[in-house]
Amino acid sequence: MTSIGEAKEKVPLLEIKGVTFHAGDKGILNEFSMSMEVSEVHALLGANGTGKSTLAYLIMGCEGYSPTSGEIRFEGKAINDLRIHERAQLGITMAWQEPVRFEGISVRDYLSLKQEGTDSSGYLEMVGLSAELYLGRMVDKCLSGGERKRIELASVLALHPKLAILDEPDSGIDMLSTRDIINVINIFRENGSSVLLITHREEIALISDKASQICRGKIVCSGSPHEVAEYYKAGKCLVCDGKVCAYV
Amino acid sequence: MSVTERYALMYDLDALMKAFGEAGGDKGILASNEIAHLVADGHKLLSMRSLEGLEVDARETLTGISAKVTVKEGIKIKNPVHLCFGILHKKGTQKIRMDVKLEKNSSARFIAHCIFPKAEKVKHIMDAVVELGEGAEMRYSETHFHGLYGGIEVVPKSVVTVARNGRYFTDFTLITGRVGKLDIDYSVEAGENAVTELTARVFGHANDNIKIKEKVILAGENSRGLIKTRVALEDEAEAEVTGITEGNAAGARGHVDCMEIVKDNAVAKAIPIVNVTNPLAKVTHEAAIGSVDKRQMETLMAHGLTPEEAVDVIVKGILK
Ligand SMILES: Nc1ncnc2c1ncn2[C@@H]1O[C@H](COP(=O)(O)OP(=O)(O)OP(=O)(O)O)[C@@H](O)[C@H]1O
Ligand SMILES: [Mg+2]
Repeated sequence: MTSIGEAKEKVPLLEIKGVTFHAGDKGILNEFSMSMEVSEVHALLGANGTGKSTLAYLIMGCEGYSPTSGEIRFEGKAINDLRIHERAQLGITMAWQEPVRFEGISVRDYLSLKQEGTDSSGYLEMVGLSAELYLGRMVDKCLSGGERKRIELASVLALHPKLAILDEPDSGIDMLSTRDIINVINIFRENGSSVLLITHREEIALISDKASQICRGKIVCSGSPHEVAEYYKAGKCLVCDGKVCAYV
Repeated sequence: MSVTERYALMYDLDALMKAFGEAGGDKGILASNEIAHLVADGHKLLSMRSLEGLEVDARETLTGISAKVTVKEGIKIKNPVHLCFGILHKKGTQKIRMDVKLEKNSSARFIAHCIFPKAEKVKHIMDAVVELGEGAEMRYSETHFHGLYGGIEVVPKSVVTVARNGRYFTDFTLITGRVGKLDIDYSVEAGENAVTELTARVFGHANDNIKIKEKVILAGENSRGLIKTRVALEDEAEAEVTGITEGNAAGARGHVDCMEIVKDNAVAKAIPIVNVTNPLAKVTHEAAIGSVDKRQMETLMAHGLTPEEAVDVIVKGILK
């Protein structure tokens, strides 16, 4: 029985409970479970093709990505049946691994989607781009890969989400420098946003509060970033016997 | 002209300028001595002004206006020349015949507004012959406003020749209100080193019917041509876009870029025709027809936009 004054059990911000996901007959996530607290930066490490982006799409609610079984909860509420914009309105958003281009939409407009009239110059500076040079440009094919990724990050910062899913912010031809990325993650942290940080890079994972390693659609190790880094470097993964994880 | 006639003319001019202002036009253009213009309602010529080095000569015909615009050799016109054509009544026909000539090394920019706010049974035919001399540069943008009834047929036709080192850029926009029936037929022949770019943006609704045929003949060595078409369609609207590029000379480069977004029961068709007769010419084309891109939708929805808002932002973007 709960006595008066006893602290209520803390509800995690995000809870993924035994999520399995198949695309056609291919199993991609296998009884996947993890949870995140408010303001937590959680690094998710994993080799190519282990299911990281798929997990991001499932949390965001992309079309064709609803769990075959299992449940996703946000602030204690099941969100399996919510569409992307409804999840976004709850405070979930993501920066895509390969952000799409838009014709005729300026960086200024892109950064102030849903918040017309706000000054977005600051967000560009936070991701290392000059507002003067970029606000008037289009979010189209003329941006380099790295510029587009930085703008995606700036747009996510501008939304002040409760949960930002960053899918390999450090990947791409024009790579974001490690320092810039760490800086951006710290800004999310200062703003009270939680970050699910998908990455291959250990030095970036090390700034997180907690890390997990995914292999073949399952978490194989979870704990402090240092512990997880040690685990995969040692190739101890029980799921793949170090064969898949070795590529991380 | 009698006092009554003059008064009637002023009244019509006022009404057209009011519609022009509502359509985003700058009404101050009539007052300025430094801006050439031509304004006509139906087959009534309401106002025109020439400038030094730029002759505007127009007369009324039985069904419309016949106008001649000439920019003299070497003259570079600083302010855009404004053309405003329209029919303010619900019914009527307007036939415009334009002969535009930009002499050697001259340049001018034209801004045309075609306004038919109450069109229920209106026909607007534009027949233009444009000649750009050596090294001349012309920029022409035409914006249409057809009101909400869709009772209009618009048939713009132009035949353009661009001489050596000339540059011709044109832009057709019809994105507010109904289209009605639109049948564009543009043809441009580019000489040596000439550059030509044709852009059209149209948003069709209800049972609007859109036909766009644009042709660029790259006749001169190292000439360049781009045909860019952006069409968005909803409801039962239909569009057929034909982009033709001929590469007939060495070093000629052409590109056709057509994008059509369809919603509801709309039907879109793109016909890119590429004809290369010189092995050293190169023409490319891309055509994308379909519903709104899924990844673009998802990205905007992840920013909190509803699906309807997301479609709106994407369509506005491509028509911009
Ligand atoms: N819709 C789909 N249909 C079939 N297979 C899919 C589908 N989506 C993803 N996959 C497969 O699922 C696996 C996981 O893909 P996912 O994109 O999640 O990997 P990832 O961990 O993000 O990899 P990377 O590090 O390369 O980005 C891959 O083998 C991929 O080919
Ligand atoms: Mg991925």
